Amino acid sequence: MDETRPVKIKVRGLSKVFGKHPQKAIELRNQGMKRPEILEKTGQTLGLSNISFDVYEGELLVIMGLSGSGKSTLIRCLNRLIETTEGEIVIDGENIPTLKEKALLECRRRHFSMVFQNFALFPHRTVQQNAEFGLEIRGVEKAERHKIAHDSLKQVGLEGWEDAYPNQLSGGMQQRVGLARALANDATVLLMDEAFSALDPLIRKDMQQELLQLQSKMQKTTVFITHDLDEALNIGDRIVLLKDGEVVQIGTPEEILTKPADDYVRRFIEGVDRSRILTAESAMRPLRSTARESDGPRTALHRMRDHAIDSIYVVDRDRRLLGLLEVDAASRAIEEGSDSIIPYLTQDFRKVPMDEPLHNLFAMFSEKSFPIAVIDQQEQLLGVVVKGAVLDELARAGEQ
Amino acid sequence: MEIPRIPLGDWIESGLTWLTSEFSMVTRGISRFTQTGIDTLNSSLFWLPEWALLGLIALLCWRLGGTRLAIGAIAGLALIWNLGLWEPMIETLTLVVFATLVAIVIALPVGIAAALSNRLYRVIMPILDFMQTMPAFVYLIPAIPFFGIGSVSAIFATVIFSMPPAIRFTTLGIRQVPVELIEAADAYGATRGQKLFKVQLPLSLPTVMAGINQTIMLALSMVVIAAMIGADGLGSEVWRAIQRLRPGDGFEAGIAVVILAMLLDRLTQSLRKTR
Repeated sequence: MDETRPVKIKVRGLSKVFGKHPQKAIELRNQGMKRPEILEKTGQTLGLSNISFDVYEGELLVIMGLSGSGKSTLIRCLNRLIETTEGEIVIDGENIPTLKEKALLECRRRHFSMVFQNFALFPHRTVQQNAEFGLEIRGVEKAERHKIAHDSLKQVGLEGWEDAYPNQLSGGMQQRVGLARALANDATVLLMDEAFSALDPLIRKDMQQELLQLQSKMQKTTVFITHDLDEALNIGDRIVLLKDGEVVQIGTPEEILTKPADDYVRRFIEGVDRSRILTAESAMRPLRSTARESDGPRTALHRMRDHAIDSIYVVDRDRRLLGLLEVDAASRAIEEGSDSIIPYLTQDFRKVPMDEPLHNLFAMFSEKSFPIAVIDQQEQLLGVVVKGAVLDELARAGEQ
Repeated sequence: MEIPRIPLGDWIESGLTWLTSEFSMVTRGISRFTQTGIDTLNSSLFWLPEWALLGLIALLCWRLGGTRLAIGAIAGLALIWNLGLWEPMIETLTLVVFATLVAIVIALPVGIAAALSNRLYRVIMPILDFMQTMPAFVYLIPAIPFFGIGSVSAIFATVIFSMPPAIRFTTLGIRQVPVELIEAADAYGATRGQKLFKVQLPLSLPTVMAGINQTIMLALSMVVIAAMIGADGLGSEVWRAIQRLRPGDGFEAGIAVVILAMLLDRLTQSLRKTR
């Protein structure tokens, strides 16, 4: 986790009690009681208890938990569709739970777009009018909002459907409208409440992929709720795991899989963690390009450019792995007038045998995540494993 | 031991007497205003020759409901004309239109308010039950001291009797809007007004229209009964037939009421569908 990244939303000590006497429940909670006891003693439901986490600028944070874990309550507390009982939610210096009505409206308009599980499109409005909704509410001029909404519909691949009504579209298309409505609004944070859960599995995978693509373009701070671990692993930069209204673990997908915080998480990931029978070979991809030891720096650089990569593995005549050449090292070699790339190679990368268990690979992706080299007994380079491939492979195994 | 009878009737009467004397200025003003409205509408409808009005109504039916409704309208209205009941039919129509308009003007805001406030909802619903289940004739009695004998009293009684469904359906329509759509509107920062006019009202429109349809039907039935306190129209034809014991005349006027009712019903329903 990178502690120095700018924080967009800071959640501290957030609790939510459903019922008429929230303070009683909070008192009992402070005495160490858990949700079922509190319900029995006071009739109050402790929906969320003492939740703290940060959402970093530009990240895709997944909040994951089973039904009843409080994840839907949590996302609704963020934009205060549900009033909180105690705690702070600070976005750009504003504490949302204490905002007055007018300031709250302003805050919602500026900061939050939301995508809903069952789409929540307005049936009496066309696709275009649905996409314009947020802008219309904010009083954006007609011609301008028309253009913005049109662009965002185009972005989600719904060009030509502007005048259709939501009930004329399939589920996947309806959720694209929901996404377009959120994107058009251009708020600083995107809230997605089980946004893909109502879609069938194939469309769901597509939508996840598209969300990742959009995300890589826009870098929008996103809070994504799901009950599906595969989905969480597939799209999340980080995951907050909830159980019975409490945070169980916060971490990257790799951290959750490799260092589960407790038995609950361990049991949870068991379904997915088929990695113990999967090996590096199953996630391995053939190399798009390698450099030979005889190549000069210009040739190596050329290859990197051709394949749009910023590092390249260098092999000898028998395809034995010699090292890794990075883009800056290659440029340096050219500047210094060197004919050979050998002195500029780095050994600062990971190599594994074909039968290395997949779950061991998570920990190897360092910050500068080079593809992991897969070699055979003769040190010959067979292929590479990239970060995404490991997760893909696990997700696929989880489905079978 | 004898329990004394509660003088409920006496209380109501003295209350009504007090209202009548204290607010006579107001009731007289309302009376004059309403009477002028009715007279204007009546005379403008009478000013048109029968065939022209018939044609206009048929055209309206054709535009909103299609050919079959138009043919039905022509046949029905021609029958009324032929029976010599054109004039009372117009008078009844005027009363219905007027009473319905007043009822809607009151019912829509009340219905919206009751939908948005639970407290108001709890107050208004029993009042509506009272208004709807009280025998309709009873409203006629206080109407007379308030507004005197005639059309204005008829409209007063009719408005009270026919308003509840419009209020109920408006409330129901707004409350039926799915929670997730309200959440969506809230999430994008909609004010109460924006939520009402951009989401809740448009989505409840079909239900509201169903309520208005009910109100029109009830208004028609009440306007006929109101002949007892001197309202003009088809009701007074029926009333006269009763007093003279002439079943033939009574049925003729009754059939005219049925035709008018069906026309109004189909028209408002097709209005609902075109939305």
